[in-house]
Amino acid sequence: MANTFAFAETRGGTLRKVALEAVTAARQIADATGGGEVHALLVGAPGVATQAERLGQYGADVVIVVENAALALYSPEVVAATAAERIRTGGYRAAVFSASAQGKDLAPRVAAKLGVSMAGDVTAFAVDGDSVVVKHPVNTGKVIATLALTGAPAVLTLRPGAVQAAEAARTPRVENAAPALDPAAARVVPKELITGNTAKLDLGEAPVIVSGGRGLRAPENFKLLEDLAAAFGNAAVGATRAVTDDGWRPHSDQIGQTGRLVSPDLYIACGISGAIQHLAGMRTSRTIVAVNKDREAPIFKLADYGIVGDVLEVLPALTEAVKRVKR
Amino acid sequence: MKMAVCIKRVADMETRFRIAADGRSVDQAGLKFDISDFDGYAVEVALQIKEKEGQGDITVLSLGPDIVQEQLRKALSMGADRAVQLKTDQVPFDGLLIARVLADALRDGGYDLILFGRMAIDSSNQTVGPMTAELLDLPCITAASGLDIANGRGTARRELEGAAELLEFPLPAVVTIDEGIARPRLPSLKGIMGAKKKPLEVKPVSLGEPHLTVKSMELPPERTGGRILGEGPAAVPELVRLLQTEAKVL
Ligand SMILES: Cc1cc2nc3c(=O)[nH]c(=O)nc-3n(C[C@H](O)[C@H](O)[C@H](O)COP(=O)(O)OP(=O)(O)OC[C@H]3O[C@@H](n4cnc5c(N)ncnc54)[C@H](O)[C@@H]3O)c2cc1C
Ligand SMILES: Nc1ncnc2c1ncn2[C@@H]1O[C@H](COP(=O)(O)O)[C@@H](O)[C@H]1O
Repeated sequence: MANTFAFAETRGGTLRKVALEAVTAARQIADATGGGEVHALLVGAPGVATQAERLGQYGADVVIVVENAALALYSPEVVAATAAERIRTGGYRAAVFSASAQGKDLAPRVAAKLGVSMAGDVTAFAVDGDSVVVKHPVNTGKVIATLALTGAPAVLTLRPGAVQAAEAARTPRVENAAPALDPAAARVVPKELITGNTAKLDLGEAPVIVSGGRGLRAPENFKLLEDLAAAFGNAAVGATRAVTDDGWRPHSDQIGQTGRLVSPDLYIACGISGAIQHLAGMRTSRTIVAVNKDREAPIFKLADYGIVGDVLEVLPALTEAVKRVKR
Repeated sequence: MKMAVCIKRVADMETRFRIAADGRSVDQAGLKFDISDFDGYAVEVALQIKEKEGQGDITVLSLGPDIVQEQLRKALSMGADRAVQLKTDQVPFDGLLIARVLADALRDGGYDLILFGRMAIDSSNQTVGPMTAELLDLPCITAASGLDIANGRGTARRELEGAAELLEFPLPAVVTIDEGIARPRLPSLKGIMGAKKKPLEVKPVSLGEPHLTVKSMELPPERTGGRILGEGPAAVPELVRLLQTEAKVL
């Protein structure tokens, strides 16, 4: 029986979905060791404590709340020092972070402070005696490595969506703590959070992604993808690098090796050739559909279902058909 | 400004990998190798800073067997000034072991800026850069998609999920480079000739005990794929039917 640590990632004072996934994973690890406690760390500006209850709902027994007026934005050095101190004194079996932009920044700092090895971008895990055994895609997802993490605690970042957040309701004990580093003493200073259209579903959270490439021909034709996404109601719009490089879509919409790694239930690739760097970001999607005018396009080798044709003609027809189903 | 860039030799990803006989690694036969993509961007960032300031000195470092000298020479031919091979028989999977050796090699170098790739394209670990920074107790920015250095300070941009953030930091510092800042230049013929005369130091190093080890490697299950339903809008009804009845996603 051993306790497990989870980092509860927030943005703008609200929990992100990946925080609940981290707590769920920590719960599973604690249960696998015979039922220890899950301790979640929640850091933010005053008011962030309101999020503690939700962490309890997903299985946190203890929520360590660190509130400080200077911590409205993620401050890497302060959060790393605070997490490392808690993990050092808490005697945890494992510490779970998300493989999000923030978690991937934070976890290696914490592991190095603790002097322990860590596994990044984990898609599955199991406790096996003294080791935690994890799956981790390497070589742009073309090879899957099974790794043994033998340090204590086992530090890992969990790929978003690898675990479904599951309720395991309890009323958490809340412990208030101070940051382990005075925010005024941090050398790296966060200046600004630039948020896009926050009403939009995030690519990492959307069950359906409709994605467009150069085959859409012009930026204004992305309206066709937005219409299809709206017809689904639970969809986000992604893009290839060809399109984000040309400024047709924001960089943050890019899917692939150098963009977002996504695995939605349904991925619809429109006018996308299927370069490996793009496939690296979406090949683990559950169902893949491709629309391309070139029958030989590599994307068809990966797609479950393909339509050969002009996206500008196929998309409106698909949008109408989806609307009819959803009505 | 004195800069260091840590680069890794990796296989070209445009290939169909096979698992080696040991079941724990990728078969190296027939693979082509190059500087890991993001590390190439990091070299380019260093070169551009040097060009902008009109002076500077760039050291490239790589940990691994003698064959990594190929990639060090390439970085020299792009314009780096000197290279250091941290000689080991193998490159471990455990990023902490690599970070410890790199930190020891960098500690007394007097570098103003130490650059890494955001991640090695083969390991996909994304740990070595920030771990090295911690061991050196230097400020660190990870996955910078924008970087501005002036008067001993830096400003960096990082891409988040559906957002971005701006951070400021003092030098000396460690920065890991995402794409979007710089496209690496190709070595010129003159650069290639010049690189042969640039210093490449070989330092044998020993690695610690790993606590992250590869148990096995496998290829992901093949997707069946390739099922073309038809042409143009006429194929849409069949697609919708399959999404509902077979894939059950609609
Ligand atoms: C280091 C590195 C990292 C990279 N990272 C990424 C990444 O993260 N994400 C990414 O996406 N790319 C990435 N790339 C780029 C990648 O190699 C490809 O260049 C890019 O994915 C191609 O985008 P595309 O499919 O939109 O364009 P193209 O390859 O030009 O394909 C356009 C497709 O549209 C089809 N088409 C044209 N007109 C129509 C029409 N009217 N109707 C239907 N189909 C049509 C064509 O047949 C073609 O298949 C990276 C490259 C490098 C070197
Ligand atoms: N063997 C190595 N030699 C030099 N630098 C390395 C080595 N391995 C990793 N790095 C650096 O660390 C970065 C991150 O690697 P990783 O943590 O393995 O994803 C790489 O982009 C390189 O800049």
